[in-house]
Amino acid sequence: MDKLIQEEKRVFMTGNEAVAWAAVAAGAEIMNGYPITPQNEIMHYWTRLAPKFNKKFLQTEDELSAGFTTIGSVLGGKKAFSATAGPGTTLFQEPLSMAEMMRIPMVLVVQQRGGPSTATVIYSQQEVNMVTFGGNGEGWRIVYSTSSHQELYDYTIKAFDMAWKYRFPAIILGDGYQAKMRESLLMYNPEERGIELVQPEAFVGKPGLPGRDRPASHLRNAFSVEEELFDAAMSIQREYDQMASEIIEADQQQIEDAQLVIVAHGVVSRAAVAAMNRLRAKGLKVGYFRPITLRPFPEKQLQAVAASCNNFLLVESALGQLARLFKEALFNVPVKTFQTIYKPGVGITAEEIVEYIEALG
Amino acid sequence: MVERLAMPKSWRLESKPHKFCPGCGHGMVLKVLGEVIDELAIQEKLIFGVDIGCSLLAWDFFDVDTVQTHHGRTNPVMVGIKRARPELLCIAYMGDGGAYAIGSQHLVNAAFRNEKIMAIVVNNCNYGMTGGQMSPTTLPGQKTETSPYGRDPKETGSPTQGPEMVAAIASPGAYVARGSVTNLKQLKRFMKKAVENQLAGNGFSFLEVISCCPTNWRTNAKQTWAFMEEEMASYFRVGELLTAEKDEENS
Repeated sequence: MDKLIQEEKRVFMTGNEAVAWAAVAAGAEIMNGYPITPQNEIMHYWTRLAPKFNKKFLQTEDELSAGFTTIGSVLGGKKAFSATAGPGTTLFQEPLSMAEMMRIPMVLVVQQRGGPSTATVIYSQQEVNMVTFGGNGEGWRIVYSTSSHQELYDYTIKAFDMAWKYRFPAIILGDGYQAKMRESLLMYNPEERGIELVQPEAFVGKPGLPGRDRPASHLRNAFSVEEELFDAAMSIQREYDQMASEIIEADQQQIEDAQLVIVAHGVVSRAAVAAMNRLRAKGLKVGYFRPITLRPFPEKQLQAVAASCNNFLLVESALGQLARLFKEALFNVPVKTFQTIYKPGVGITAEEIVEYIEALG
Repeated sequence: MVERLAMPKSWRLESKPHKFCPGCGHGMVLKVLGEVIDELAIQEKLIFGVDIGCSLLAWDFFDVDTVQTHHGRTNPVMVGIKRARPELLCIAYMGDGGAYAIGSQHLVNAAFRNEKIMAIVVNNCNYGMTGGQMSPTTLPGQKTETSPYGRDPKETGSPTQGPEMVAAIASPGAYVARGSVTNLKQLKRFMKKAVENQLAGNGFSFLEVISCCPTNWRTNAKQTWAFMEEEMASYFRVGELLTAEKDEENS
């Protein structure tokens, strides 16, 4: 990256290409991956960039191996990542759960495709359940849901930093539309912007003879008795909660006088903002709220919105996966009306949202 | 100074006595490995990966950096470490279930790619940790909790020939052997050659060890020994399948 992104550069490219560049900019050294649409081009661009920047790539036998080799590379002290989608995200739950338990800062890009099963290779927002609370665990992940190529670039860099700072696995949640469409973004060298990149550190293979110069690293994820696990789980949860207040992000507009708030995440939030603007131009008092971190979820921010306006329209390309997070965040908070536009695996336009709200009268 | 008796220097005193059942083969395999670690002076650069199953009990066995992984996933974790840090020495330690059933895809592909790691498979013909179920290497007719009337090869296939499978797909530079805890001198020789093969960066190193599980076999010492020497030996041939010397002969 030393030469290629030294100065800010306006580019026009696919989201997958933006992710590959961002990983280079973030100082990632290794990618291990398995082909699945719509994330393939992340590997394609990485494998083209890799030799120029002294980076490594391994095409594994499946997503389990992609996840576990990535974990190995992280344990060795390298910033490493993978990318996947759909059934691949299902397989990734196993390595992710190990990363949660052992606090391994692996980074994973998920470009959502249709589900369940093989479904479509194109688009959905149906992997929210999996990226937030998949696996046999408690959801100790960081999940950024992006809505534009600029955000794919920005949050890929941020995901590496937050993963290594807090030692939790981090996921950049995009989708097939963001992966495949082209739009413009500004690429930059984060350090030129004063972003101090968190440096990786080896978990194993540090200098010195174990047992003499230093204690050996004995890393485990299995415990003998319930109380041992309880102590470990509670300590991880405390650190996760502590992190949450520092990394939670949400976006909101026009809440102050809003009589209806549109809630959406990811690429759908662009339709929500466009709809809001069109309705505002017609004199309708509509606001918008978008969680950027789906884990940890911006509960307090949403609760503050609800205190000001408690009529909601939730819009997502899934059958209520964002809605589940929304309802949990507003448990015991009075909500007057809650309406939904659920379109599993299908894109949602501003026009549809405008039409829906206008029909409410 | 604590009396170390015959313990290898790389063993971690604080975790002894170890956690394996009385009569288990793991202790013997790990003693041989400990001696090899000492003799080749690799304690500082060795990363030991342990699978889930009885092998997980070795997570704090050595004064060696150790990573406990998931069932079947030790090979890819070691591959990831080795590729990130080629100067380190990576050994994946697992049982026959982890290697030949749930992790077989990883084993086969690590061998195909000639990954510069070493895999040790402790073969005791059953899933020990979970209570003695049938495993890929359970012998025909052998009774286990999930083959209570004896394994029927017509229904469940024949015992996996791990080293033979790996040898059939491995590339030049690979080392493949099968040893036994009934012959520790020979086992140590194989173990050393397998480690040296990785040290030399030649290729994938694979060692299966015929071992025992008297707890689940429900055997006494004599019966245990006989099962390994007679029953297991008739299916699993001890010896070296691929070595650097054999590579030369073939070239």
